[in-house]
This record gives sequence, C-alpha cells and structure tokens, in this order.
Amino acid sequence: MSEAAAGNGAAPGGLEAVIGLEIHVQLATATKMFCSCALSFGEPPNTHTCPVCLGLPGSLPVANARAVHFGLMIGLALGSELAPRSIFHRKNYFYPDLPKGYQISQYDEPLCLGGALGEVRIHRVHLEEDAAKLIHVGASGRIHGSDASLVDFNRGGTPLAEIVTEPDLRTPEQAGEWLRLLRTTLRALGVSDVNMEEGSLRCDANISLRPAGSGQLGVKTELKNMNSFRFIERGIKAEIARQAKVIETGGTVVQETLHFDPDSGAITSLRSKEEAHDYRYFPEPDLLPVTIEPAMLEQARAAMPELPAQRAQRLTAELGLSEDSARALAFRGELAPYFEAALAAGADPAPEPQALANWVTVELLPRLQDGEDPGGSRVAPAALAELVGLVGAKRVSVGAARQVLDRLVSDGGDAGAIVEQEGLGAIGGGEELEAVVAAAIAANADAAERVRQGNAKAIGPIVGQVMRETKGRADGTEVASLINAQLGV
Amino acid sequence: MITRDEVLHVARLARLELSEDEIEPMARELSAVSDYVATIAELDLDGVPPTSHVVDISGALRADEPRECLPREEALDQAPSAGEDGFLVPSPQAG
Amino acid sequence: MSAGLLELGAAAARAEIDAGRLSAAELFDFYRDRAAADRDADGSGLGCFTWVAAEAPAGARDGSPPLAGVPLAVKDLFCTRGVPSQSGSRILEGYLPPYTATVVSRLAEAGAPLFAKTNQDEFAMGSSTENSGFGPSRNPWDRDRVPGGSSGGSAAAVAAGLAPWALGTDTGGSIRQPAALCGIVGMKPTYGSVSRYGMIAFASSLDQAGPLTRDVGDAALLLLHMVGRDPCDATSLEFPGSLATPTAERLDGVRLGVPGELSGEGIEAGVLDAFNAALEQARGLGAEITGVTLPHAPHALAAYYVIAPAEASSNLARFDGVRYGMRHIDDARPEDLVAMYTRTRHDGFGPEVKRRVMLGTYALSSGYYDAYYGRAQQVRTKIAEDFRAAFEEVDLIVTPTAPTVAFELGEKTGDPLAMYLNDYCTVPMSLAGIPAISIPCGLSEGLPVGIQIAGPAFSDARVLDAAHALEGALGFDGSAALV
Ligand SMILES: [Mg+2]
Ligand SMILES: [Zn+2]
Repeated sequence: MSEAAAGNGAAPGGLEAVIGLEIHVQLATATKMFCSCALSFGEPPNTHTCPVCLGLPGSLPVANARAVHFGLMIGLALGSELAPRSIFHRKNYFYPDLPKGYQISQYDEPLCLGGALGEVRIHRVHLEEDAAKLIHVGASGRIHGSDASLVDFNRGGTPLAEIVTEPDLRTPEQAGEWLRLLRTTLRALGVSDVNMEEGSLRCDANISLRPAGSGQLGVKTELKNMNSFRFIERGIKAEIARQAKVIETGGTVVQETLHFDPDSGAITSLRSKEEAHDYRYFPEPDLLPVTIEPAMLEQARAAMPELPAQRAQRLTAELGLSEDSARALAFRGELAPYFEAALAAGADPAPEPQALANWVTVELLPRLQDGEDPGGSRVAPAALAELVGLVGAKRVSVGAARQVLDRLVSDGGDAGAIVEQEGLGAIGGGEELEAVVAAAIAANADAAERVRQGNAKAIGPIVGQVMRETKGRADGTEVASLINAQLGV
Repeated sequence: MITRDEVLHVARLARLELSEDEIEPMARELSAVSDYVATIAELDLDGVPPTSHVVDISGALRADEPRECLPREEALDQAPSAGEDGFLVPSPQAG
Repeated sequence: MSAGLLELGAAAARAEIDAGRLSAAELFDFYRDRAAADRDADGSGLGCFTWVAAEAPAGARDGSPPLAGVPLAVKDLFCTRGVPSQSGSRILEGYLPPYTATVVSRLAEAGAPLFAKTNQDEFAMGSSTENSGFGPSRNPWDRDRVPGGSSGGSAAAVAAGLAPWALGTDTGGSIRQPAALCGIVGMKPTYGSVSRYGMIAFASSLDQAGPLTRDVGDAALLLLHMVGRDPCDATSLEFPGSLATPTAERLDGVRLGVPGELSGEGIEAGVLDAFNAALEQARGLGAEITGVTLPHAPHALAAYYVIAPAEASSNLARFDGVRYGMRHIDDARPEDLVAMYTRTRHDGFGPEVKRRVMLGTYALSSGYYDAYYGRAQQVRTKIAEDFRAAFEEVDLIVTPTAPTVAFELGEKTGDPLAMYLNDYCTVPMSLAGIPAISIPCGLSEGLPVGIQIAGPAFSDARVLDAAHALEGALGFDGSAALV
C-alpha cells in the first residue's frame, strides 16, 4: 500500500485504521469437500448427507480434486506461491454444527502463500470444509421441556477457500472497494457463485488503530461474518469509531471477536464464558499431503480467464480508456464483455472507445433495472455502438441519443432506424436552425435583453425553447453560439 | 505432576465431565504416563522431520462426481433426539 | 460330520465345500450355534461375542466364490449395516450403522459371510479385552486369564474353535498380542494395504485390519481378499506385488535379525526360552540368525502413547450425543448444551478411554504440542529409519510378540503403565507401518507364547512365507484350547 493511499484513514484524532480481511468463499464444485454428496441449494434439511459428512463412526474423508483445482486457480489469480505440498490439519472444537468434533482445514502449510490483488497483499489461501447449519426451532422442538435447535447437515462439508489478506487496508470504503474487485475476480474465475446474501462469500475483518504513520500494529479485534458490502463498510466504520473512543478516553482495546448488528448498528462481543479457544491443531492422519502434480498445475493455468485487473490494464493500454472507466467496466464482470462486443460490432460510423465506455457506464447502466446485466437487456451491443457512433459524428445530438436509448431499453431495435422513424437526426446549422433560433429569441424578449446586457446565464429559456422545437435534435453548443451570434454578444 | 486445575482444564477442552472422585486418580495416572512419555525429551532430535503419515503416496484425490446420499430417515434413524427433518440439540444460545 | 468340522481350518473347510462334501449353510450353522452358545453362557462362557447372526444370510451366493462360504467373525468396531457396531463402548450401545466397512463387504463378496461380531477393548484401547463396555473376554487356555487385546474376542473365538477365522484390528499390537496369548496366528499387514473405511477409528495413522486364524495358510487366504485400494480411504493403496497362499517349507538363506532392544530386558524368562527355541528351529530350516539394533525401539512405546491418544482424543470427539449413540441430558439443566456433551461423554466412556482422551487432549493442547506430539512424530521418523537400516542387513526381524504369557483377569487393570508394556515389542512395527505376524511358538507354564516376524513395507508375502515355514517346523498344537 502506498503512503498516499494510506494517508487519508477514516479514523479521527491522528489515528489510522489498519484493516485485514478473511474471506470464506464457497466453491462451486458439484460435490462436497470430502464426500460425494451433491452440494445443497435450499433442499429440505438433511437430504444431502452421507456417513462422511454426518461424521458417522468409521467414515473417512477423501479430498475433492476440483476443490484443489479451484484453489490453484485462485492462487494463480492472486499471484500466490502454490505450495508443491500442502497439508490438511484438524481444528478441534465442539459445536453441534461440527459433526466430527473437528474441522478439516489447512493450517501451517496451506495451498497458496502470499500474492496480491490490486494494492492489497495476500497472506494465504487455504481449503477447508464448511460447518452445518443450526436452526433455532424454539418451542416446536423441545428437548426435556427446553428450547431446541435443529441441525441441518446439508451445508456441512461444502468446500471453502479461505483467503486471508495482509493488513493493508486503511478505510472502510477501501475495504468495500477491494472486496468488490475480489468478488469480480472470483466470478471471472468461475470458482464460486460469490453471492454474499446467500452466504457463498463471507467476510471477517481484523481491525486495529495506530497513530497515523506509525509502523506498529495496535491490538486488533475481529469483526465476524458480515454478509453484504454495505454491512462490511458500516461495520468497519462502527468498529473504528468504537476503538477510537476507547483510546481517546484513555482505555485500551482488548483482543476479541465481535459481531456487528446492521439493524441497530451496535457492536457486541462474541467472547463466550469459556476460556480462549485451544484448537489443538494436528496433521489430519486420514488425508495424505496434497502434492501438486505438474498436470494439475497445467490444468489450472489452462483454465485461467483474463482477470479483471488485467482486463482494466488492457482496456487502458490498448483503447486509451481512462483508468476509472477501465476499472468501472472490468471490475463488474458483465460490463466489459458487453463493451467489447459493442466495440467489435462493426458500427459505421465507429464509436470512439472512451465515449462508448461512458455510454455503457453512465447512460445505459442507470436505465436498467437494479442489477440487470446489460447483456441480458434489449439493448444489443451493436445498437449501442451505432448510436454512440452517430453521436460522435454529430449526426445525432446527445439529447436525441438519450431518447433513442430510452426506446432501445424498452423495445430494443436498431438505433439508426429509430433515429429515422422519429426524425431525431441532428439539425446541422443552416437556415432551419437559424429560423428556430430567431423565433425563440422573439418569444423570450426579456431573456434576450438580459443576455444582451451581459447576463450569460439568462440564455437558458431560449435554448430550452429551441430544444423543445427541435425535439432535442439540435446540438446544444451550436444552438448557444447561434443565439449569441443573433443577439450580437 | 499434573495438577487438579490442569486436569479440569483438559477435561473442559475434551468436553468430559469428571466426577469429584475421578479427578485425583486422573491427575495421578496422567502424571505417571506423562512422566513416562517425557523420556523422549532426552533424545537428540534436532533437525529430525516429523512423520505423520507412513504411507508415501500422494494424489489420493476424489473426482468431483456426486453419489447418492442417505435417505433422510436413515440419516436420522440413530439419533437420540430428532424431529421429522433434523437432529435436535439444546440451543447453543440458551444457558 | 459335526465333530470333524471343528478340526477343519478355514482353508480346509473351504476345500471341503468346493469338493461338495460340505455345505456352506451347514458350516455357517455349526459356527453360529457354537457362538450363540458362548454368548448365552453368560459368565461361564468366553465372552467372545457381542452379536451372533440369527440365521444364515439369505440367498447364498451362486457359483463358487473364492472363500466358498466359510463364515467370518468380525471385531465389533467394524461397521456392519443394520448389525450392532459398538466398538466395545456403552456410548454406542445398540448402534446400527447405515453402511458396512469396505473390508467386511469385500470379504462377504469373496464368500466369507459375517456370522458374529466379537468383543474388544473399548475403542480398541487396551491389551486385555477387560476394557469392554460389555464385559471381559476370557482366554480359552485358562479362563481366569485374559485373551489379550484389544482384538481379544476374535482371538479367543478362533483359538476356542468358536470361529473358523476372524477379523481384528491392530493399532499398537491389538492383533498380534492377543494372537500370541491365545496360541493362534495374527497378522498386521503393511499400513495402507487394507481399507480402514468403516473401521471405528482409534488412532488413524496406526489402525490396520488383519486376520486372526488358526494357521498361517488361513491368514494368507483371508488377507488375499482384504488388500487393495479403496476410493473411500485416501490412505489405502493398490497392494504392490502379489499375495498368495504360502508354500515355503525352508528358510534357506533367509537372514533373520534379532533386535537386542526387543528380546532381552523386560521379557519374561519362559517367553524368552520359547522364543530362543523357535530361533533354533529356524536355524535348522536354513535361516541365518544375526543380531541387529533398533536404537530407538525402546522409545517407541513412549512415542506411541502420545500419538495414539492424541489421534484418539480427536477421533472420539464425534461421540457427542447428537447424531447417534448415547445422550445424557441433565434434567436439571436440559438447556445446557455443554452439559449434554460432558455428561454424555462421562457416562458413555469407560475409564481407560477417558484416560486416553485426557492424555491425548493434554498432549495436543496449547504449550504442550511440541514437547509431546511434535517430538513423538520425530521419534517415529527415527524408528522408521532404524528399521530401514536394519533391513539393509537382514531380510526379516524376529522378536517375542508379547513380553509375558496371558496374565490373570484384573492383574493389571489398576496400573495403566504395566498394561501398556504389553505392547513393548509390537509398537515399533506399528509406528513404522510395516507388516508383522505373530505365530505360536510354544508354551510357557502351559500358556502359549508367540513369535513375531516383521518385514519391510509391502513384504507381507515374504513375512507369510517365513511364518509358514517356521510354523511347519514348530508343529504347535492348539487343540487344548478348543471348546
Ligand atoms: Mg476458516
Ligand atoms: Zn456427504
């Protein structure tokens, strides 16, 4: 992280926040991490189980080759060092959602070490199994007169990749932004559904404060299991504020695990009455070390798509897009392919790339239903390309083009044909426009007088009338200069 | 010597209740065994790698192909307490 | 034919069935009835069985499967679908698994149907079968004595002629030591050669299934149909080379190494006498007997009693009262999840299991891992190296199987360390994962003594060959144990 980026931390009072993330990614395999049960998508409880994922006596785990393959792809995407040999450990603790009394996870010899995504360094990536789901059923499932919970093992054993960053983030917004990039990267890889609401992407944040510019790390707290980008930013913000208050009032921050309640905005400690966890990690004797054969590595390499960060760079380098535009297109998985398809559609006149990028992100996207993929809309890439080309050639004004786009969004179709049908072609200079301008000046004598006296802003009503009369087909700049010319200013 | 407190701490980790009359003998027996196994502390093992698996094979991975799951009745059949669709446990939130 | 049936070993019975002189159903019923009689005899029986089939399996297989229908007794800890599989523990009392262990299915496929489940030390933790939650088993040579353990029910049943053959499991000696104490053959194959899927685990990196039989030929025949890679067990592999029924009668040129560390101090005089006499027999068959050294073998037991309990403490965490087995809810605290765990495990586990769960949890706990578990794994490396070095000098290693003959019931239950010393000679091979067999080599004070023969990893066929040759020369007569 550059000093410049680190400098404007959100923490008050000369403090800066140091933030690291731990992200659990549910892998989009067909079967669970250590057994052959198909992954579950909301089926009735306990219908996707077998002796292995129920932790029945005598059952043994066998690791899923595709989960390892996906792990390698993630490692390649993050520029990690791929361990030629990695080891599964047992993490021992008791909880009803953990059928064996231990979670099989990787510990000190993970699949991937190091790397970076954007400005954030990666500490490690490892594979593990997900826990089952506990559903509080209350009085309907009473045990000896007491409320009960139901354990559903459908999710138990789902493969997870856990991505741990170095503490390189400084602000909540930066954390949210980076997480979006990570999500797009994972989606491009096709290794996960990356849906936060459905829990296929879950994020914990480690947060500490220190005097701005200090090289030291303060005591960190862990904010658990935030399941939307908004909550993550808000949760981190709230925790930074809480810690800052503790420090400012002369207290010390204690290391603990915390929960952020998005409804109340409150942060509460998850520390149980029990002593700190002692997970008694040891190498899983039922699984041999995972060794990465050259063929597996080759397969993972061959499966790598172009990644968002690479794509953004390419869009800037090859097409001269601004960095912001390139990232806006590349970091949202479905925008860049749409943009590139439009560019390649052979529209005549051809759209200028930066203009096309602007039309995709600034004009088209806000016109679509929340979250709709432009590729799935009625606006064909070729239609948008033609429209932007016509605007660039000044054959359609910006205002008219917006109307055409509205039509394309609602009905689809061909941009040129709509322009033709609706008579939205630009009025290029000449007598027709001169006449409309003269009429507009006459109809707005007061405004015209004020413009003559030097009040440039008073031109608005006159322009407005010209636009109304021409249905927006006239070019705004040209109209303004014609008005000024006729008024002699 | 393993103390009473250590015994109770380990028992808590192991989720094992020890009745009052089990604690002292457990401390004594664990001490005897741990003294015995502590003899390996005398060996010079600097630089010796640990062996956690004696079989020297690798790549025992499983193809990502689904197989049939247990019918739910069978999955729940041996549970000490189960509703129609799941295992029942005292709520971890309670108590 | 019934009186004659008892004299038939498994291979001989198989030959009779193949020749059409005996029906598999008749043999099944013969052993089923004998096992049921032992089970129903309560205190006056041998206490070998935890379950006996009510009837022969329906639809006897057509054709002639390789094992011809010779029925098999299986240690309680193998999961058998719909048949109690309790691993000797009250916490699993009456537990009916929904699946069958790979090795049991394979043997049934090969024509050795399950007819009984045998008693064992709880979760295979013990050397006497006194730690069973269902009462002890007894030694057919002397009913006041233990049969050894933890596969004591299987060993006693085979020795007494209550089963033609049986499956056991060996973690630190749990097949070999009871075989020795009961005067039969027991083999622990190379780790990884037999699937562990469906074996209720004690210590995963050590557990291995193996045969308990009246003679070496039967052991080889059974093992032949047990080995092989199982896709459900990542630590199993395709057995390299081939196993066959052994025929060797001589030991010409075979170099047998006797490790001083495992054949002197701590071994009972009567056991040593029988062992040395067996070595003389081997010499007579042409073997070359030389001394070898296994410098770290004296530390094997200490390493084992860290590694095995550590793995066990984790393997037994799944017995939590949620999905199967016993659950104890405290009426005064029905809402208390932790109390449910701790009470269930308090009530369900016997004293030795508690001891080892505690020991293993301690050895893995924060601050102790390096001193205990980490070091024990290093010792394991040294022991494996010792064996590799020794096998540069000799072909096979021979030791007494157990330091003593069968001891009296109750004699060692109050002293865990004394009990652990039973495994002194067998544990080094377990830690190294190498194959080892015990065959009876004589009597001491009227009780059987076993000799252990071990070889390099996957030399199981060579081990069986040598055992077969030596067995022929020794001519041990175990008929005194038949009931
Ligand atoms: Mg994790
Ligand atoms: Zn499963």
